[in-house]
This record gives sequence, C-alpha cells and structure tokens, in this order.
Amino acid sequence: MALEPGSRAPDFSLSTTPDQTVSLRDFRGRNLVLTFYPADWSPVCTDQLAVYNELLPEFRRLGAEVLGISVDGVWCHLAFARDRKLRFALLSDFEPKGEMARAYGVYRNGEGVSERALFVIDGEGIIRWSYVSPIGINPGAEGILDALEGMQKVKR
Amino acid sequence: MSKLRPPLGPRDHVQGNPHAPIELVEYGDYECPYCGQAYLVVKAMKEALGDDLLFAFRDFPLSEVHPHALRAAAAAEAAGLQDRFWEMHDVLFEHQDALEDDDLMAYAKALGLDLERFAADLDSDEVAERIRADFLSGARSGVNGTPTFFVNGERYDGSWEPDALLAYLRRVQVEHAPAARS
Repeated sequence: MALEPGSRAPDFSLSTTPDQTVSLRDFRGRNLVLTFYPADWSPVCTDQLAVYNELLPEFRRLGAEVLGISVDGVWCHLAFARDRKLRFALLSDFEPKGEMARAYGVYRNGEGVSERALFVIDGEGIIRWSYVSPIGINPGAEGILDALEGMQKVKR
Repeated sequence: MSKLRPPLGPRDHVQGNPHAPIELVEYGDYECPYCGQAYLVVKAMKEALGDDLLFAFRDFPLSEVHPHALRAAAAAEAAGLQDRFWEMHDVLFEHQDALEDDDLMAYAKALGLDLERFAADLDSDEVAERIRADFLSGARSGVNGTPTFFVNGERYDGSWEPDALLAYLRRVQVEHAPAARS
C-alpha cells in the first residue's frame, strides 16, 4: 500500500548523477512532488515527464520542486534526461534496488520496478497527497496542481 | 473523469455551429506527429457531422520535445489576432516539417496578413500569455499528452481512429439531439 496523506515522508538519499546525491532534507521548507515511474524510455512516462517538465514554472510558483524516481541507473537517467531535455532531477533507486519505492509502498515485486505513483510532500516532510495510477496510464498533472493549490489556501 | 476546465468560452477558437449538440475540444501541438494525424481525423468528423459539431482547439505545446511547437502556436494565435486563426492552423498542420520562422512568415504572407503586425504579435506577451493559459487549462483538465480530446466537457480516452471516434460522437449526437430532450 502506498503511504497515505498525513504520513511522514520516509527520508531518502539517492544519486541523481554519478557524483551528486539528493536527500529529502534538501527540500525542507519547500513543497516536493515525487514522481515514481517504472522505467526510463517507456512511452507513457515520456509523455508524463514531458508535461511536468513544461509545468515546472507553475510548480515553482506553487512553491514546489519536482523529482523523478525509477530503478534505472544514473547513466541511463543522464542519457534519458538529456534526450528529453528534462529540467528536473531524476533519482536512481538502484542500490539496494527499489529501496525508496519500498519505503513509500510503491514497489512491484514481481516486475522489479516501481508503480506509477505520485506524492506531494510539504515543507515539514509530511505527505499531503498521494496517488497510484494504473501502470500503463499517464496520471497527468491535475491532481498535483489541485493538491499544491489546496496547500496554499490552507497556509493563507 | 477529467473535465474540461474552464469550459469553452468567448476566448476560445471555435469552428462550426455554436449550438451544436456535440462539442469536440482538442488540446494539440503543431509539431506533434500524432496531432498531424488527428488534424485529418477532425476534418473527417466535421464533414460527417456538419452542423451537429462544434470544434475548438487549445494549445498544448510540448516545447522541450518539439522545438518549433511554441513558435508555431504563436503563429496561429498571431494570425488569430487578424481573424485568421483557422487558416493558419490548417497551414501549420499541413506543413509540420516546415515550421521555421521564415516558413511562418511565408504562410502569413500567403494568407494576406499584415506582416509587420504579425511579426510583432508573434513575439508579444499577449500571445505568449494566451498559449500559457491554454497549456495550464489543459494541465488542470487532465491533458497528459497530445492530442487529447474532450467531448461535451469530458475527457475522451477512447481511440481516435476515425471510425471509433465517429461512432462515439454519433452516440453523443443521438443523446443530445433536440428531439430526445423533450
């Protein structure tokens, strides 16, 4: 089961490039959108991440950063991000494989990949919204935008 | 079910009978090859359904993947400011492999637009803002790639092969026919 709203987001510290790691605590004070997806290069993720890529200014306006997470290795992520001109970081949940996906309750044991899952985490590290999409279906951005806007309203 | 947000309004580019029982909205990208195919499908729907169809187009350029998409969308919007949106829209989808600035200017010239005004509008904040607003409305409506269609305000997730889409629209046509409302 994917972690539900209200849960504390499990900490993570994963490589984004061969010499750089990113942790949950780097985002303290900012909202964070975690996008788990099964694999680089598969057609559904490609569109999904392309839409988030275009929406980065809007996410930032709502005080949020975006991270993509899959079990692919850093070199694969680098090639994929370059090819698709992605402007947000991809985390490599590669060793031990799927550890972060397991912590968030979105690892698919049979296939060895993560679900297509979304988490919106607030600046205190609390999950405020989560969604697991059927694996072949692009969940789009409306749920994320609604969640982030709802959080802004509460703050005011 | 994902809904069109906001619904069609005066700012939209629409084609056909404003009181038609079927309202088809496409979010598209002028450089996307699938949208090029969808352009022909939409044309076939217009021919088959005539006055029973209202068609609208909103911009959803995936500009990092399609480097000419944003500029092409701006060309259509700039032509729209001279009341020639649909003519430019058609030309762009018929020439998806020629969307450089020189090409866009040539299309504007062929359509008889005021070229100085077109060139200024192409770079204007007004046009950029309009495209951005379309894109955000798409993101809010559950558009997750191109083309995405909405039929009478609800996202259509079925096949847009001509036969499948026409069969679906015909069902909507029957459900919303004036006689069936009484």
